[in-house]
Amino acid sequence: MIHSLFLVNATGDIFLEKHWKSAVSRSVCDYFFEAQERATEPENVPPVIPTPHHYLISVFRHRIFFVAVIQSEVPPLFVIEFLHRVVDTFQDYFGVCTEAAIKDNVVVVYELLEEMLDNGFPLATESNILKELIKPPTILRTVVNTITGSTNVGEQLPTGQLSVVPWRRTGVKYTNNEAYFDVVEEIDAIIDKSGSTVTAEIQGVIDACVKLTGMPDLTLSFMNPRLLDDVSFHPCVRFKRWEAERILSFIPPDGNFRLLSYHVSSQNLVAIPVYVKHNITFREGSSQGRFDLTLGPKQTMGKVVESVLVSSRLPRVVLNANLSPSQGTYTFDPVTKLLTWDVGKINPQKLPSLKGSMSLQAGASKPDENPTINIQFKIPQMAVSGLKVNRLDMYGEKYKPFKGIKYMTMAGKFQVRT
Amino acid sequence: MANSLCYGEQGGADSGVEVGQETPTAGGAGFGLFSTDFKRNEDLKEMLESSKESLKLEAMKRVVGLIAKGKNASELFPAVVKNVANKNLELKKLVYVYLVRYAEEQQDLALLSISTFQRALKDPNQLIRASALRVLSSIRVPIIVPIMMLAIKEAASDLSPYVRKTAAHAIQKLYSLDADQKDHLIEVIEKLLKDKSTLVAGSVVMAFEEVCPDRIDLIHRNYRKLCNLLMDVEEWGQVVIISMLTRYARTQFISPWKEDGVFENSEKAFYESDEEKRKSAEETKPYAMDPDHRLLLRSTKPLLQSRNTAVVMSVAQLYWHLAPKHEVNIITKSLVRLLRSHREVQYIVLQNIATMSIQRKGMFEPFMKSFYVRSTDATHIKTLKLEILTNLANEANISTVLREFQTYVKSQDKAFAAATIQAIGRCATNISEITDTCLNGLVLLLSNRDETVVAESVVVIRKLLQTQPSEHSDIIKHMAKLFDNITVPMARASILWLIGEYCEHVPKIAPDVLRKMAKTFHNEEDIVKLQTVSLAAKLYLTNSKQTKLLTQYILNLGKYDQNYDIRDRTRFIRQLIVPSERGGALSKYARRILLAPKPAPVLQSAFKDRDRFQLGTLSHTLNSKATGYLELSDWPPMAPDQSVRNVEVAEAMKEWSPAVGKAKSSKSDDKFYSDSGEEEDEQAADSGSDEEGGSEALSSEAESENSETSEDSSQSEKSSDSGTGVKKTTTQKNKKLQQAKKPRKVSDSDEGPKNGHSCEAGSRSGSGSGSSEESSSEASESDSESSSDSDSGTEQKKQSEAKPAQKVEEKPKKEVSLLDLDDFSPAAVTMTKSSILSPSVLSDLHGLSLAASSPAIQLSSPVFVPVHTYELLHRMTGKGLAAQYHFSRQPCIYDDRMISVQLTFSNNGDHTLENIHISEKTSAGQNIHCFSPIECLEPEKSVTVSMGVDFNDSTQAASFQLCTKAEGFNVSIQPAVGELLLPVTMSEQDFSKEQGKLQGMNESSATIAMTPESITSQPLHRKVVNMANVGVVPSGQNNVHRFAAKLVSSGALVLVCVVQKDSGAQLTVNTEKTIIGSMLLRELQTVLSAP
Repeated sequence: MIHSLFLVNATGDIFLEKHWKSAVSRSVCDYFFEAQERATEPENVPPVIPTPHHYLISVFRHRIFFVAVIQSEVPPLFVIEFLHRVVDTFQDYFGVCTEAAIKDNVVVVYELLEEMLDNGFPLATESNILKELIKPPTILRTVVNTITGSTNVGEQLPTGQLSVVPWRRTGVKYTNNEAYFDVVEEIDAIIDKSGSTVTAEIQGVIDACVKLTGMPDLTLSFMNPRLLDDVSFHPCVRFKRWEAERILSFIPPDGNFRLLSYHVSSQNLVAIPVYVKHNITFREGSSQGRFDLTLGPKQTMGKVVESVLVSSRLPRVVLNANLSPSQGTYTFDPVTKLLTWDVGKINPQKLPSLKGSMSLQAGASKPDENPTINIQFKIPQMAVSGLKVNRLDMYGEKYKPFKGIKYMTMAGKFQVRT
Repeated sequence: MANSLCYGEQGGADSGVEVGQETPTAGGAGFGLFSTDFKRNEDLKEMLESSKESLKLEAMKRVVGLIAKGKNASELFPAVVKNVANKNLELKKLVYVYLVRYAEEQQDLALLSISTFQRALKDPNQLIRASALRVLSSIRVPIIVPIMMLAIKEAASDLSPYVRKTAAHAIQKLYSLDADQKDHLIEVIEKLLKDKSTLVAGSVVMAFEEVCPDRIDLIHRNYRKLCNLLMDVEEWGQVVIISMLTRYARTQFISPWKEDGVFENSEKAFYESDEEKRKSAEETKPYAMDPDHRLLLRSTKPLLQSRNTAVVMSVAQLYWHLAPKHEVNIITKSLVRLLRSHREVQYIVLQNIATMSIQRKGMFEPFMKSFYVRSTDATHIKTLKLEILTNLANEANISTVLREFQTYVKSQDKAFAAATIQAIGRCATNISEITDTCLNGLVLLLSNRDETVVAESVVVIRKLLQTQPSEHSDIIKHMAKLFDNITVPMARASILWLIGEYCEHVPKIAPDVLRKMAKTFHNEEDIVKLQTVSLAAKLYLTNSKQTKLLTQYILNLGKYDQNYDIRDRTRFIRQLIVPSERGGALSKYARRILLAPKPAPVLQSAFKDRDRFQLGTLSHTLNSKATGYLELSDWPPMAPDQSVRNVEVAEAMKEWSPAVGKAKSSKSDDKFYSDSGEEEDEQAADSGSDEEGGSEALSSEAESENSETSEDSSQSEKSSDSGTGVKKTTTQKNKKLQQAKKPRKVSDSDEGPKNGHSCEAGSRSGSGSGSSEESSSEASESDSESSSDSDSGTEQKKQSEAKPAQKVEEKPKKEVSLLDLDDFSPAAVTMTKSSILSPSVLSDLHGLSLAASSPAIQLSSPVFVPVHTYELLHRMTGKGLAAQYHFSRQPCIYDDRMISVQLTFSNNGDHTLENIHISEKTSAGQNIHCFSPIECLEPEKSVTVSMGVDFNDSTQAASFQLCTKAEGFNVSIQPAVGELLLPVTMSEQDFSKEQGKLQGMNESSATIAMTPESITSQPLHRKVVNMANVGVVPSGQNNVHRFAAKLVSSGALVLVCVVQKDSGAQLTVNTEKTIIGSMLLRELQTVLSAP
């Protein structure tokens, strides 16, 4: 399946290679570089590139290209999904997944890659299993290892590998037993010029951080499970139980994991929590343009809209922007034409606005289209779909765990066409 | 050692350069740095050879760093390989990494490490065994192939599933190293395929796909196991297994898609009279899905909820390629969900959706808004979304789509805007209502400032105009006016072509355009020049008065053009249109040649024929065949033998049934464990259970089969050919198999001679038809269904009518059998109506009709009995829900001790009934395995499910509550004593031996009076098997008839013996369960003495 892996940084250097079968010359990446050159943005590099003898499948994350070399037919998603899993694992181990972090931990990276694939076929991708095989590097452990001569490598086959719950290791012990669940919902929306909603949907996830001793068996129930239209589960969730009773019943993995991701049925109208008043004009013949933007909260159920960030790519003819924000700061990059405005909180009494003028290239004609505005925001303590967790129960263990549930609404791909 | 040192000294400079670039800064550094690096490298060697472990580890880490950067570290090989036996696990692992990387280049030295691995293969720690095998199989040294082979074989039977998994991986490695080992490897694969660990399943299927994807025969026996395990296999394995099963299913099942045609037909018929509808429905329902096919669909469905996008995609493609058309829709939501994932995932998923949306618009139409383009999408994603939107556009939603397109056209990404214009063009051709609107919109775009947009519009307009030019002469005029401002060659050429083609619609403008072109001819691009020449020629033909001179001028210009294409074209045109003394022949036809009506171009999707590739594959993504792509075969026209999966299913069953069994009854545990052991012939206890597996499978398969038409009956006949006497080889094989599975005490006796008996055996387990050869035509078989009830009834009546007098002792208790018969007739009719007639019924009827027509083949017919259907819930009591049950006489799939009961629900009300399930089992001491809840049952529909009941060998009724979503009804199933049995076969000797053991208390006997007619063996056999589910034991004497069975729950033997005398018969029943024995005796008495 996966023959080799090359890690390529943004400048086009291969800084790590790993082969699972006989070595493939790194010159195979030349085809990739060609495609990279042709694409204007790194995101535009096609994920699948055929070459005379191999196929290159790549993902781009954290400004690194992970290029897998394939020799024969394989479902491309299989490779893509695996590469993303590799990135997630690196992030899990090193906190960040940057070129520097990978270079610093090249031995651990190599050991990980060795365990994750055997002959190109995934062997152990479950983070709990990997962590038993190869302990994540910490400063303390490095010190201890140098003194005692012990190693980072586990000597026993991880218990999870053979058990029916491969995602959980046995013998977990905590002094404070806690289980936290974050219900995070993202609003994807396209708002048109007049302010009406073209499309809007809610995607949500429940991320969990479970630190419980032993083998707890948890059930999580919702007040309104019918809201969930389409769900995908962590493998630990018992599917039958969900089908029958709409209850999440599971033996959780240890640590952080994504329990569930869901889609809220599209019949429900989505409350759009912010509105944008915009007036962006370019006049034919003049070298000036007007820019006027005001944000305001809407249907927020009394919650504060936080961490608002507005960004927009202005047309190429804009040379510079001279704006004044009522709050927050803005930057305009004359090269990429990217305007970003870090607004912060929206105060309903005093709506934030950004006003001013743009100077345009002399003689150029006015752009056809006004720029689209991308908005990011967060609303804590609210799930916009109205989803509510009813209760969380634990079976199988004696102690009383500390339980916590947090709600949050965020903007996903939230665009305003102007 | 000396060697390497020597090398170090001599080739110092070289290796220094080669190895020395280990630090990132080295690239730009001077020679001085190089030499220090070289020294550092030298110290690597020393460190590796030092005695301190920490130094060695440090050195190895640096070496791995070198490898990771792609630097050559191969000359450290001797120093590294020494550490392969080191105790430190981390060091060892790093050495492994090194070995795997360089062993291929240093084969001789690599051999030094082999013995270490061989030792490690025996290590008690499974992790060490596994990693030793991993490395051993990863070092690609051809010399050690035999060692690898040996290691793999050993590991394949290792106790640890993890090691076995590693062995499965090693198979592929060895195969890529030495393809000659294929045959041996296939053996190992075959063995591992039987493995019941979920850990191994994915890896071994992967090996199968790589080594022998064509050996589909290896899958048969494991098919059901794989389906059932699928949920628990790790996610990567799921992907591989699903794609393998997709291919498998396409070769083994018949197409479920024919049904669609039928569907539409019956839908149309809906408006016709009711009767007609029914008729057409009956006529055109030839398809019933193979239960194995259904199993696959059912067991993959939950995986649509997987978090792994690759799994979801593979299930989606499985449904696309295998499911009946109306079931494919369930994948839509999941696919749309995947669009939330990473950019790369989106790309692949959108591609697949694009292919699907061409064929099935309806699937994705409700989700159209999910495909709206955002300005932040990557270009390839934008174009794919556009493609999908275009595919989804129809009369109803086109206005929304067009409005959306209007926004895209204005996009700053001009390539995308151009693609949008093409999309508009496609919509316009596909939906004739909006062609005009689109044209007008496109004409507006002609005044756009951007050239690419204008050019694209012109091209698209040209294509659109070609479809209906006469109505759009004003657009052509408009374009001619714009001509001066358009500079893109393709657009100019298009306009010229349009004017030339439709010059008759714009007679005034065309010559003027030609005049302008003549002026600028030499400055134009080649493509424009060519079109100018064409325009000139066309005008010359239609309007030679005005354009003769112009044409000649242009032809002259073309004659001396630099481009030879243009010169050629000019020469050709001149010869064609200007009449000359020699070339007159063609010029007559010039007009017809140049102004021939041209077919409008078809604007179609680039994804049009992508579906020739299996969805979700690399080949599909690339739209070209990738190396190693395995073609998805077409459905077979006739279903291949289904029994290939059956025979073996006993093993598969054993592997997954314990879980159920344990849950159900702790008593049976021992049995189950012994059951799951691999040696089949060593089990004495569960005589029938293996056989059960086989026959059960057939029945379950057969049950849902619709056997109404002759086509189908021929199919089921085919499937059951294990039972037909004609195919002796199959039968014998079957027999052997069965006998192998039977307990020793029963089985070690005659195998060979009696074909007829083996035939019986086969038919008992296979519900096969009596004989195919002499059978009357298939039409008559299907006929017999309708008349079946009367058949069986009348037959017996006839006999009794014929000789009514000779009855001497008529036993009073005959209500049971009579009831059965009475019951039977209406039941059969309802069954036929509900079209869930089980093939056992069919074969029964088959057998009966045969028996009636040709008594020569009596031997196999006795096992087939008409189905006695009992009412479980009347439709009045059930508020519309009616339920009936019958004993399928097949071993239960859920538990050995259970009796399988087929429930048929039909909805006679006018509301859809939802969630039919069993809620409360009220009776004590009886295990009930409920059927899986029926989600909904439409009015006038019926559905058959099977459940298992452990009656504990008593005739006590099993009561439970049958619930719908709204209500619950208390019902009970009353078993007849004859249904508590499962037939067994044994030889005559065994029979007498067993009978000898069951004397005294265990024996009950009675004398009965019988008519001489019914004393002939055939009716007698039939009567007995009708009443009780027993097997016929071959008998040497004409007047002695023996039957054997075992009790389902306890497994105790039940032996029935009928010895004929002059005017009656002696009936003996031997069993250790005396109550059952006496009950059975009583029932048999009634049956046999009845006319």
